[in-house]
Amino acid sequence: MSKLKDALIAGLVLLAGKRRKDPYANLPEQRIVEEGAPDRRAENVVLVLFAVVVICAVAFIVVYSFESLAHQTQYLGLAIGLAFVVLAAACIVIATRLIVTEELEEPYPDLEHPDESDAVAEIVEESGSRFTRKRLVRMAGLGAVGTLGAALITPALSLGPAFNTDKLKWTPWRRGRRLVDDAGKPLLASEIEEESFYSAYPEGADRELMGSPIIVVRVPLDELKTRHDWAPHGIVAFSKICTHAGCAVTLYRKPTFAPTQPRPALVCPCHYSTFDPAEGGKVIFGPAGRNLPQLPLTVDGKGYLRAAGTFNEPIGPSWWGVRRGRSVS
Amino acid sequence: MTRVALTLLVLVALAAPAALADSGPPRQGVVIDPGQHGAGLVGEGASLYAANCASCHGPHGVGVLKARRGAGDVPGQGPPLLGVGALSADFYLRTGYMPLENPSQQPSRSRVLFPEEEIRAMVAYVASLGEGPGIPRPQPQKGSVAAGNTLFLQNCAGCHQIVGAGGYVTGARVPPLEEATDRQIAEAVRIGPYLMPHFSEQRLTNTQLNSLIAYVDYAKHPDDAGGWSIGHLGPWPEGLVAWLIATSALVATCIVIGKRLKA
Amino acid sequence: MIRGVVRYVDERTGGAPFVRKALRYVFPDHWSFLLGEVALYLFMLLVATGTYLTFFFDDSVTPTTYYGTYAPLDGAQMSHAYQSVLHISFAVKAGLLIRQTHHWAADVFVATIVLHLMRVFFTGAFRKPRDLTYLLGVAMLGLALLEGFLGYSLVDDLLSGMGLAIGYSVALSIPLVGAPLATLLWGGPFPGSASFLPRLYIAHVLIIPILIGAILTLHLALVASRHHTQFKRTPRETERRVVGVPTFPGQVPRSLGLLCATWGVLFLLGGLVQVNPVWLWGPFHVGDATNGAQPDWYLGWLIGALRLVPSFDVVIGGYTVVPNPFWGGALFPLVVFSIVGLWPWLERKVTGDDAFHNLLDRPRDNPSRTGAGMALFVWVFLVFLAGSADRVYVWLGLSYSHQIWGYRVLVIVAPVLAFFITRRVCRELLAGERAALVRTTAEDASHV
Repeated sequence: MSKLKDALIAGLVLLAGKRRKDPYANLPEQRIVEEGAPDRRAENVVLVLFAVVVICAVAFIVVYSFESLAHQTQYLGLAIGLAFVVLAAACIVIATRLIVTEELEEPYPDLEHPDESDAVAEIVEESGSRFTRKRLVRMAGLGAVGTLGAALITPALSLGPAFNTDKLKWTPWRRGRRLVDDAGKPLLASEIEEESFYSAYPEGADRELMGSPIIVVRVPLDELKTRHDWAPHGIVAFSKICTHAGCAVTLYRKPTFAPTQPRPALVCPCHYSTFDPAEGGKVIFGPAGRNLPQLPLTVDGKGYLRAAGTFNEPIGPSWWGVRRGRSVS
Repeated sequence: MTRVALTLLVLVALAAPAALADSGPPRQGVVIDPGQHGAGLVGEGASLYAANCASCHGPHGVGVLKARRGAGDVPGQGPPLLGVGALSADFYLRTGYMPLENPSQQPSRSRVLFPEEEIRAMVAYVASLGEGPGIPRPQPQKGSVAAGNTLFLQNCAGCHQIVGAGGYVTGARVPPLEEATDRQIAEAVRIGPYLMPHFSEQRLTNTQLNSLIAYVDYAKHPDDAGGWSIGHLGPWPEGLVAWLIATSALVATCIVIGKRLKA
Repeated sequence: MIRGVVRYVDERTGGAPFVRKALRYVFPDHWSFLLGEVALYLFMLLVATGTYLTFFFDDSVTPTTYYGTYAPLDGAQMSHAYQSVLHISFAVKAGLLIRQTHHWAADVFVATIVLHLMRVFFTGAFRKPRDLTYLLGVAMLGLALLEGFLGYSLVDDLLSGMGLAIGYSVALSIPLVGAPLATLLWGGPFPGSASFLPRLYIAHVLIIPILIGAILTLHLALVASRHHTQFKRTPRETERRVVGVPTFPGQVPRSLGLLCATWGVLFLLGGLVQVNPVWLWGPFHVGDATNGAQPDWYLGWLIGALRLVPSFDVVIGGYTVVPNPFWGGALFPLVVFSIVGLWPWLERKVTGDDAFHNLLDRPRDNPSRTGAGMALFVWVFLVFLAGSADRVYVWLGLSYSHQIWGYRVLVIVAPVLAFFITRRVCRELLAGERAALVRTTAEDASHV
């Protein structure tokens, strides 16, 4: 076995080490890097490791060439990952066993250059001797460059409607707009059951606006604490967008047995802001600083749910200057 | 509308001293007393009910609306079971949700305490208390995983997490769905146990329910094309892997390559 | 042969003197000095894998219906962006490997930067003349966080959409400038105009990588111009003299080994451990959300902070002045980055130490700094942990609201404790060393 290994290595050495003519061969020898003792074992290890790298790399190419192979991603990762890991091992063996270990000393570069620094400052200072009103010129220059800079960044305002906060408040909900479900089917008031929840959108509007999605639940009339005229048959609708950080309020909890279990609530899954649907979307837990905006509802002659107006306050996350809805009483 | 059934542990007078000593639920349904409630399955169920459920759900499933001290001074309180049907009883007993140690506790999946025939008996008894839904027979193989994916996202993912890994809703733990059987999923959807909303057939048709269950079944073993799934919880376990596996391995490499202060 | 090549190049560039100097540049040797190097190799890997991904990614939010290879999303409405990531994951050969490697590399990139920063902090390597180098490093950490966030936000899956909604809310919450800033960046109210995703894309693949690359170059140039710091291991290491291995042959194979190890580990992860399986999260729509949505780990401290802040907005006369997300999402990271970034100047102000330092402290050598560093770390780490309170509840049943209250107390108390305990430990360690030194010198003396 070891003979075979030696033979193999000898062959490789013969192949790789074929002497070529070196035009600089007869220059005088003066070593910079000191000479170290050879370590054939380490060298053998490195050769074997390189061979393994070759195998892994070939394996990667072979695995890649399959048109359809179960767990192809895993085999590819394994092959290329191992190739690099083994190559790393080879490098580390070279670094620790085969490279001459030198420890050099060197002075740190000069920490300070006081003369040069002074010279730089002097050049700048002395260059302005022809100016009589240096400060004024400097101020004017700064003003010019500053204004030009401001002019240059002005086009950035085209990126968006920066000073129009009305857009933040706008929603597609209008008085009389029908509520439709995810499939676009208008919601009947009679379909809305207690202890469940419904996602709805304004009929015919873009659903990907923060102002569109609402969550609808039916609160038993005797439990509804406020805004009875906004809630036909106890059906209440709130903006689905949390007033804290803009995630969708997709959690509705309701007790199976009220005496021992928490009361109904709408919850946002991002930071668990929790709102009371029976009390105008009041915050009862979590970080939200503002109630969930409520959409007043009405039922039309055919029994369909319609918006009876728009939200009682701006939907979604707050910003500086947003007007809050009147507190629920 | 039917409410949900809850069976609750409380110890029967007979077993009180012994049960108090180990304070856990009884190991099995205690006394079987045929004849008292009529013979057969329902009669057996009645006895089991009286022994294991009645202190919270009241005699004949009328419920206990105000907490009252029962045997062993354990408070009993629970919803009525009239009209909840076999569906609820089957769900709560087979998931181990019932019996509860304490009526204010959240029911959660635990060891099922009753043998098969006792469960069947209690289910039959609860079903006999009033007209109620039977045990559903979902057929997820008739559903579409893709349709179920959408339904799950819209109705379930907010609490159960998009791959059914469970989560948190203010005040309660939302159970992961990996152990839920098809029948239990169908039952839970119709019941809405504990804080979960319930979904009637009008809200979610049986066809949709089949798709939903097909998706939940898929989500138990989804396509992990990327390799080791690390729990489908997203960035949370990914951060652990990044630190505990990758960064640790790289720091170890640095330590192999570089010197340490004290040899 | 080698001589021939070198001469050929030198005759055309005149570079030989510089190269010779570079080859004999001295690297002081300690394992912790290699952490920054790992981050550098990860950056290279990120650029390489990221470039590959750009060949397949589509930055359009135009809606489309999916009919691709991943059946559970068959017929789902989604953006072209998300569809193209599904395509990369399922249809492009080796696409998922590269995507996952890219994502893992980002996670580990930030981790190694943090470790490197901690090494530099706790050894005092940031002191003059390297305070600017340090500040550039902190700036790169900030950019790396942003770059990572933009990267996973590009995918337009459910998690990324929720993350962007939170990012938007935090931007919106900044007093006075929030609303104009957020609508400028997004091109209108969330989810923004059709040009928002292309903006995100160009920031992710061009603007921020170039910024990081430029700062990185400057960072490395400054490191090289002042040479590395070193521990005092023997009497040979002084403030004026650096001791270590030369670039070549000593350092090069070590660095190559580290580079290969880094890439190897990352490719193994990329192939074997699933990261951000976006096909499971599904596409994002404004009205959808999932429980347990989390940002990548390096932004976990922000979700923790957002959850810890109690319910309040600052309101004057019915008008909101400071919305809630500002405290946890904007002010908190600003404070942390300010303390970390300005630390060299703060420390100089307090200690009055204006001297040059090439020799490093061991953490115990400066008990107050180490204590302050630990306090800061504990503070941020606790807030980070608070972000996982919901998952901890699912696993261990510890009440979420109790945990939140516990963390609210801990984030105030624990850093103070950490400071005093750490300082005390450092002082005891030093006292122990002094005692040992006295003993050995006494023993030496008695031997004489």
